[in-house]
Amino acid sequence: MALQTPLAKVRHLGSAKEGVNHWWGQRLTAILLVPLSLWFVGSLWSIVVGGADRDALVDWLSGPVAAVLMLLFLGATFYHLKLGLQVVIEDYVHGRCKWALLILNALLCLVLGLAALYSVIVIAIGG
Amino acid sequence: MAEQSSGSGARARPISPHLSVYRPQLTSVLSILHRMTGVILASGAAMLCAWLLSAAAGERYYAWTEWFLTSWLGYALLAAWSWCLFYHLCNGIRHLFWDMGQGLSLRATYASGAAVVVASFMLTGLSWGLGLACNLAG
Repeated sequence: MALQTPLAKVRHLGSAKEGVNHWWGQRLTAILLVPLSLWFVGSLWSIVVGGADRDALVDWLSGPVAAVLMLLFLGATFYHLKLGLQVVIEDYVHGRCKWALLILNALLCLVLGLAALYSVIVIAIGG
Repeated sequence: MAEQSSGSGARARPISPHLSVYRPQLTSVLSILHRMTGVILASGAAMLCAWLLSAAAGERYYAWTEWFLTSWLGYALLAAWSWCLFYHLCNGIRHLFWDMGQGLSLRATYASGAAVVVASFMLTGLSWGLGLACNLAG
């Protein structure tokens, strides 16, 4: 039988060395997303001016700079999104539902992010 | 016995934050708006994914996305997403300065908060205004 209180136990477990990963990842993607999201809005604007149809989108993504920046933008967006929604779920949802939502969040962000990245590659290469 | 008391044995104590007992302030309202716009932008990211996926799938599928985005609901959502993006972007920059220890005084926090609100509406208005003007001209 342990004579320590749960709080004392937790206090003496020490650092797992990864405590800052979430915070750091969110800041890195945030810094990346400042110029990239402005670039994305500007690009959307040029697509709209270019007719807003599929041809305008394909034309835009067929350039290597636009395709690479778009892959970067999507990767940072969906990772930032995963981290952010995770915190919201951890703060406001309790009990068994919390774990289900955390798993759903991680998987959904992964699937949607992957689908978006794949689509950009297909459009960039094939049109 | 000690092992089991850690989780379910603890009494249900009130948990912070007690949002309902505080009078709303600019700082607290902007803080909760940062989260709300983040969650709304999650649906925008799903739309972005659908837009790209349909374009990759071909003209026929893209037509569905185009139909939805150019409906009145599509325009309303795009307007909401664009403001949410600019707000989250501006307030996110505010957060990055706080992370560096800058602008944390009460006065600076209120000034930057007001600036974020003004900037978010101006950027939204500017991008929609420019887009509509160029579309009407071309």
